[in-house]
Amino acid sequence: MSEIDLETARKVAHLARIKVPDDNLPALAQDLSRILTFMEQLAEVDVEGVEPMTSVTPMRLKRRADGVTDGNIQDKVLANAPDAREGFFAVPKVVE
Amino acid sequence: MSDLNALTIAEARDLLRKGEVTSVALTEACMGAIDGAGRLNAFVHPTPDLALERARAADARLQAGDAPAMCGIPVGIKDLFCTEGVPSQAASGILGGFHPPYESTVTAQLRDAGAVMLGKLNMDEFAMGSSNETAVYGPVVNPWRVDGRDLTPGGSSGGSAAAVAADLCLAATGTDTGGSIRQPAAFTGTVGIKPTYGRCSRWGIVAFASSLDQAGPMTKTVRDAAIMLEAMSGHDARDSTSADLPVPDFEAMLTGDIRGQKIGLPREYRMEGMPAEIEKLWSRGAEMLRDAGAEIVDISLPHTTYALPAYYVIAPAEASSNLARYDGVRYGHRAALGPGEGITEMYEKTRAEGFGPEVQRRIMIGAYVLSAGFYDAYYNRARKVRTLIKRDFEEVFATGIDAILTPATPSSAFGLGEMANADPVEMYLNDVFTVTVNLAGLPGISVPTGLDAKGLPLGLQLIGKPWEEGALLNTAHVLESAAGFVSKPQKWW
Repeated sequence: MSEIDLETARKVAHLARIKVPDDNLPALAQDLSRILTFMEQLAEVDVEGVEPMTSVTPMRLKRRADGVTDGNIQDKVLANAPDAREGFFAVPKVVE
Repeated sequence: MSDLNALTIAEARDLLRKGEVTSVALTEACMGAIDGAGRLNAFVHPTPDLALERARAADARLQAGDAPAMCGIPVGIKDLFCTEGVPSQAASGILGGFHPPYESTVTAQLRDAGAVMLGKLNMDEFAMGSSNETAVYGPVVNPWRVDGRDLTPGGSSGGSAAAVAADLCLAATGTDTGGSIRQPAAFTGTVGIKPTYGRCSRWGIVAFASSLDQAGPMTKTVRDAAIMLEAMSGHDARDSTSADLPVPDFEAMLTGDIRGQKIGLPREYRMEGMPAEIEKLWSRGAEMLRDAGAEIVDISLPHTTYALPAYYVIAPAEASSNLARYDGVRYGHRAALGPGEGITEMYEKTRAEGFGPEVQRRIMIGAYVLSAGFYDAYYNRARKVRTLIKRDFEEVFATGIDAILTPATPSSAFGLGEMANADPVEMYLNDVFTVTVNLAGLPGISVPTGLDAKGLPLGLQLIGKPWEEGALLNTAHVLESAAGFVSKPQKWW
């Protein structure tokens, strides 16, 4: 049985960059514990010598010439930005 | 011909080609049905002006002759597909206001074939859910009802399923990561096929779990599924996992002849506590195929029981990575910041405000199973189990099995809100018969096969060999004809 404590729940929320108010941490910890407990059935499976799947259909990735296929669409790229200025995405100050 | 919106694709195509109906008339009939169906909450971004413009263009093309099968056919598009200049927000608050400057490959193929987009369809947020209750637009209501309750149409393609069942459109696109086409199809008495992984391009479809996601059609008949799947399929250089294989004429493969085919019944799908009705439906389906000349064989897929836990490691892991892009910088919602708050607060507040609870939960589960110290125990182990699940199918097909018959869902449609207080894992059990197919990358189709005692539709699932959607559709067509499912929901909305 997986027990996720409040500190772990807080850490996971931060890893995921999702603000979770302290009041909601106990419910989150409980949900995560239940889901992880459900996943623990996987421990019963004998996976000795089994390769983890990387591609569900056996196919080689295609190659193409290393050339520019797109570009000159700055307006389109910025059109949906919550804050775009002078041709850039704008964000709060990152470096003091 | 009063109810043009109730036509199938095949019927409409034939009438269009004979000049007995116009695409504009079909489109107007659907738009009228959509206007009268607000209560179902299926169409969340109707595009009537665009639809009429495309319908007129389709009529001109039909007049000129040589129009493709989908030309002039009014369809709905799941909100997960990016459609140029039309809101595409995966039913999430975090993509509020997003107008893609490009068109997904699948919807571009449909558009270029002359199909008429009527608008965008409701769904579970980021395709995460089995009841269409996680949408920022509110839940979709199933057009089927047998008492006073509002029922779920299933999810995540719940808007697509409800719209097709209620004749708001002739067909719709869906996507399926763990059962999101097949489960809602079963809950609404419609047909839904998830093709082989790589058959349809994923380019321009909002990503949930990239190794599992596939698009497919949701239709009124198996024939329509064959017609529409062909239009949606094909190689696309912009999706590196898209298969460079020719797309057959699926409709021409509906011969109705399955004599000598071997159909497997996997014993592991006989779940404990399975409702007797589902079990009866399953045996009846097997009898129908036997009567049509197929041989029914008991088979074993020993790792079936581990499919759900493996899926609920792999899908959230991929989702946590895919959904990292929603950061409030490039598109969609950005939270207002207080004094002194910086970029980390911007990310955390934006994502807390923009994502609903189920999406947040899955992102966090994904972050956890991918984090240092747990990666091997959860994520790598799940990927090894996935290898074993795929191997189960390969071994069965190697013995000469042509297709596998299973129930599509563990129950008929349940009431909206009835699972509100359930453990998240209980909701995940809805996918128990469908996730294996995504994990193994196989094609699977849900065919309406009967009604339960309450009068709600039930479906059976057929699973095929990779790239053999044509043969699978043919078997489904036989099952559909034998079952003779013709029931429609009574209009109450």
